Amino acid sequence: MGEQVIVCKELTKRFGDFYAVNNISFEVNKGEIFGFLGANGAGKTTAMRILCGLSYPSSGSATVAGFDVYRQQDEIKKNIGYMSQKFSLYENLTVSENIEFYGGVYGLSRAVIRERSAALIQTLGLEKEAKKLVGELPLGWKQKLAFSVAIFHRPQIVFLDEPTGGVDPVTRRQFWDMIYEAAAGGITVFVTTHYMDEAEYCNRVTIMVDGKIEALDAPQALKQRFGAGNMEEVFYQLARSAKRSSD
Amino acid sequence: MKKLGFLLQKEFRQILRDRIILAMIFAMPTIQLIILPLAANFEVKDIKVVVVDHDHSTLTQRMLGKLGAGGYFRITGAVSSYAEALRYVERNEADVVMEIPADFERNLVREGRQQVSLSIDAINGARASIGGAYLNYIITEFSQGTDLDVARAAHPAAAGTPVINVTYNTWYNPREQYKYYMVPGIFVLLLTLIGGFMSALNIVKEKEIGTIEQINVTPIRKWEFISGKLIPFWIMGLIIFTIGLLVAYVVYGIVSVGPLWLLYLFAAVYLVALLGFGLLISTYSASQVQAMFLAFFFMMIFMLMSGLFTATESMPAWARTISALTPVTHFVKVIRMVMLKGSGFADVRWEFCYEIAFAVVLNAWAVFNYRKTS
Repeated sequence: MGEQVIVCKELTKRFGDFYAVNNISFEVNKGEIFGFLGANGAGKTTAMRILCGLSYPSSGSATVAGFDVYRQQDEIKKNIGYMSQKFSLYENLTVSENIEFYGGVYGLSRAVIRERSAALIQTLGLEKEAKKLVGELPLGWKQKLAFSVAIFHRPQIVFLDEPTGGVDPVTRRQFWDMIYEAAAGGITVFVTTHYMDEAEYCNRVTIMVDGKIEALDAPQALKQRFGAGNMEEVFYQLARSAKRSSD
Repeated sequence: MKKLGFLLQKEFRQILRDRIILAMIFAMPTIQLIILPLAANFEVKDIKVVVVDHDHSTLTQRMLGKLGAGGYFRITGAVSSYAEALRYVERNEADVVMEIPADFERNLVREGRQQVSLSIDAINGARASIGGAYLNYIITEFSQGTDLDVARAAHPAAAGTPVINVTYNTWYNPREQYKYYMVPGIFVLLLTLIGGFMSALNIVKEKEIGTIEQINVTPIRKWEFISGKLIPFWIMGLIIFTIGLLVAYVVYGIVSVGPLWLLYLFAAVYLVALLGFGLLISTYSASQVQAMFLAFFFMMIFMLMSGLFTATESMPAWARTISALTPVTHFVKVIRMVMLKGSGFADVRWEFCYEIAFAVVLNAWAVFNYRKTS
């Protein structure tokens, strides 16, 4: 086990008498692809918001990139990237303008932005589209660009919230190639997903049910333990016991 | 500070990319300034009078001649009965029925006094009261004028009644043209729309499409985000104000009598207050529709209570209190004082304090609420 970049201990988030996140503990290693699975309403998003410095836990402790989620939210934000399926880029800005804006708000200098931006556009093969509005790009391209923008400032950890929703299988595969590449470069990837084939791509996955972590291991180990042929069966066996209705 | 630069760059790109907004920046001041002062006009002109003259004397002929000569009244008909005259009113061909009794001239000479009945269509209240008062004035003047020398000579008692000479002096707006009154008010309308509406809608839009979540996970500080949102609209507001001043000069030849810097100083502070108001609305709304309705609700009250269209002095006390509690009222007052009367800073220092207070309170409230909700 290498360096741990996320450490959660007995983390709990309570809204009134509703435990959205109930006493969860886990560690994520540097450079790992960590899958965060769960049905809708299982508490994934709440947990992720705490780790991203968007909300405070009710009890328990957690550090992200070595910074405390209670006291050092600003430091956390500087060291993470975030991408969501629903929104990430400004549709009425061009590809280059989006890259420039997000690079800028993470404190990169204009010279660095110019240099990295040119390289990124070349890697993505978006030379012709660089001056086009993001709103005009196909969804798959948008997602790839959004991911690239999320790691543009070279964060220690990138949080991906259902990043491949609504994307075709080929693009999803390409998207995961990009994730592997980022992980190989030392960026820790924390990803939530509903696609169980994607869960197989992760180094380790946790499965959340009703605010608690029901399983946490490498996909291969989980399949063995539950005597299942694939992750989908593992997920069904665990999620069936859920008492909360999905949202 | 460097991040703020990127934020401002992004906002300006988005605003300037929106062709409709861009067109509005130039079209709004121009069109509103050209149309509104001409349309929103309280001048009473061309009041249509139908006459029921039961006397048919030379005196009534002269009186009617005088009435028509002023340019304000047009005699659209002369009929023989009141019922007939009312039909003119029903057909909208007359605003006033003037009924002159039989033997008007003879009785006037004999008794020194006579009555003329005026029936006024009061559907348009302002037109009715101003028109009625003016008509009354003309008749009184006529009855006191040289026309009645014969009558006074014949009836000595009447000669003793003092003749009061009413002379009018209209200051600051010498020709009593409503454009002078309306144009400064429209500047207020323009700045209020930019400050109150556009800023609220812009922030709520980020909430609605969700990009605000993305902003929240970046190290952008709240004050940077808020400044990034408000500064572009503040600059736009001042640009529109400048265009407005140019249009007022080119189209109406209106030049501020008072110092320009004072106008800009007030516009700048007023915009800060209104932007705070827009930000406040955005913190309470989750969607652009909500923000729109909230902003519209308050803007209507602000506008109607501000003295822009109706004088605050003639409002009841409770309404004057509400009126004083909106930043719009004070700005309307000041901009008219400075542009038309040439008031200096000393004359409007209290209003300046009010505007500063509004700016501080609204922005503090908005920022406090903004922190709490996100």
